[in-house]
Amino acid sequence: MLAHAIFFYFFSFVAIISAIMVTASKNTVHSVFFLILDFISISCLFIMIGAEFLGMIMLIVYVGAVAVLFLFVVMMLNVALQKNQWFKSSETSTHIPVGLIVSLIIFFELIIVIGGWKYKPDIIKNFSDSLISNSTNTHTIGSVLYTEYVHLFQISGMILLVAMIGAIVLTFRKREGVKRQNYFSQISREKNQGVELVEVKSNEGVKIDV
Amino acid sequence: MEYIVLLFSEIYKILYVLIPVLVSVAMIVWLDRRIWAFVQKRRGPNVVGPFGLFQTLADALKYIFKEIIIPASSNKIIFILAPIVTMTLALIAWAVIPFSEDYVLADINVGILYIFAISSLGVYGIIMGGWASNSKYPFLGSVRSAAQMVSYEVSIGVIIINVLLCVGSLNLSDIVLAQEKIWFVIPLFPMFVIFFISSLAETNRPPFDLPEAEAELVAGYQTEYSGMMYAMFWLGEYANILLMCALGSILFLGGWLAPMDIPLFDIVPPPAWLILKILFLFVLFALIKAIVPRYRYDQLMKLGWKVFLPFSLIWVVLTSGYLLYFDLLPVY
Repeated sequence: MLAHAIFFYFFSFVAIISAIMVTASKNTVHSVFFLILDFISISCLFIMIGAEFLGMIMLIVYVGAVAVLFLFVVMMLNVALQKNQWFKSSETSTHIPVGLIVSLIIFFELIIVIGGWKYKPDIIKNFSDSLISNSTNTHTIGSVLYTEYVHLFQISGMILLVAMIGAIVLTFRKREGVKRQNYFSQISREKNQGVELVEVKSNEGVKIDV
Repeated sequence: MEYIVLLFSEIYKILYVLIPVLVSVAMIVWLDRRIWAFVQKRRGPNVVGPFGLFQTLADALKYIFKEIIIPASSNKIIFILAPIVTMTLALIAWAVIPFSEDYVLADINVGILYIFAISSLGVYGIIMGGWASNSKYPFLGSVRSAAQMVSYEVSIGVIIINVLLCVGSLNLSDIVLAQEKIWFVIPLFPMFVIFFISSLAETNRPPFDLPEAEAELVAGYQTEYSGMMYAMFWLGEYANILLMCALGSILFLGGWLAPMDIPLFDIVPPPAWLILKILFLFVLFALIKAIVPRYRYDQLMKLGWKVFLPFSLIWVVLTSGYLLYFDLLPVY
């Protein structure tokens, strides 16, 4: 059990320190890297409690895809050069109340969720009754997600689809004068359409109409 | 005392996998250059050792004794971290590769997801290297590379779903054992082809080596690196290529299984079959490097998103429909 405890404290220590460093570090790109470190240590914690599917999905989705996009945006916008002046400039300090309100709401929601377990312990019990205990947790998650919660699952998929299409519509613009490759016309072009043999008389030249 | 014994036995097991991988990476670099040369009617490296086998060791010695230059305007910590990340990620994925039924370092439930997660982390070594160099060519190269790897990962993920539908388990040993009757390369042949091409793109191999296209970007994200740090990028790249070959042979070519169930094939030990299949796929990789010209970037993106992704998605529908209709879905 000792090794287990050492690993647990190591990962949670790294997770907390890197979460603090996300907000504390002055370079924005560094804070994204700390965010990635945070995700990785949290997925290690997931694996330690036996939820290996969730841990791996966390790695694939958040670290492999979402954080790459974060990194792209941060690098492209060149915000790395900005000095950290949150409390000094008047423009940015207006954002602080909004951030505080959002984080307070999330904090209370977390309290409600955890408090719910305290007040109604049978909620968790009902969950674990419906699970088959001797199968892998991938199987268990699948068997709950696609039976009891199939409608919620489908609805969340639809919401993601709508968000995706919305993002595409917002960023899509038709530009004039862009040459696009058309494979069909390229391949179906014959020799006699492209090349012409012209008899050129000496000292007269030839007139080519384009 | 008990812990120390456990620790050393684990370290011994890790080295038992790691050292063969590193040695074979060195050999595979030689093989790659040799095949490349033969296709172009050259000799290739043939001076150091018999057939030039020790060429890579000589190269490695050269890299070790070269000076490591860290650009003055680079972000030093991330600059040093980037090759280490690439190398480490390329090696830790080997932990779950099953060489035979009992020769596997970690036989975990979600082995295929683990490999997928590790290979999706591989993009960070490149982004970090490109950004930390604080120079135009490395940055452009790393941006290209990241976009390319993220796009082709999507189609690799969908292809893996195809295989998993036929297996019903995420464990790599289960995936191999499910192919005892027939290798998945036969029923899922189009998926094998797409997987192979996507793994070319995923490992930045020609014809998809846009991130390091010499004519445009010098050497892409590796431009500012020198000495041992460059060598680590290079080793990580080849370890990744070997890993993709191993993944392809496990998913489609039946892993450690012999081609047919005849007593003659039992003489060959199971890991040797896996190594033979990895070598076969690698020779294909090397031949393609020599034969096919480089893609244009928009063609690359078009191929990934508009051809491979829809095709493999349709194949998921086909596979699951077939399995459902003939009642072949594996139920655990």
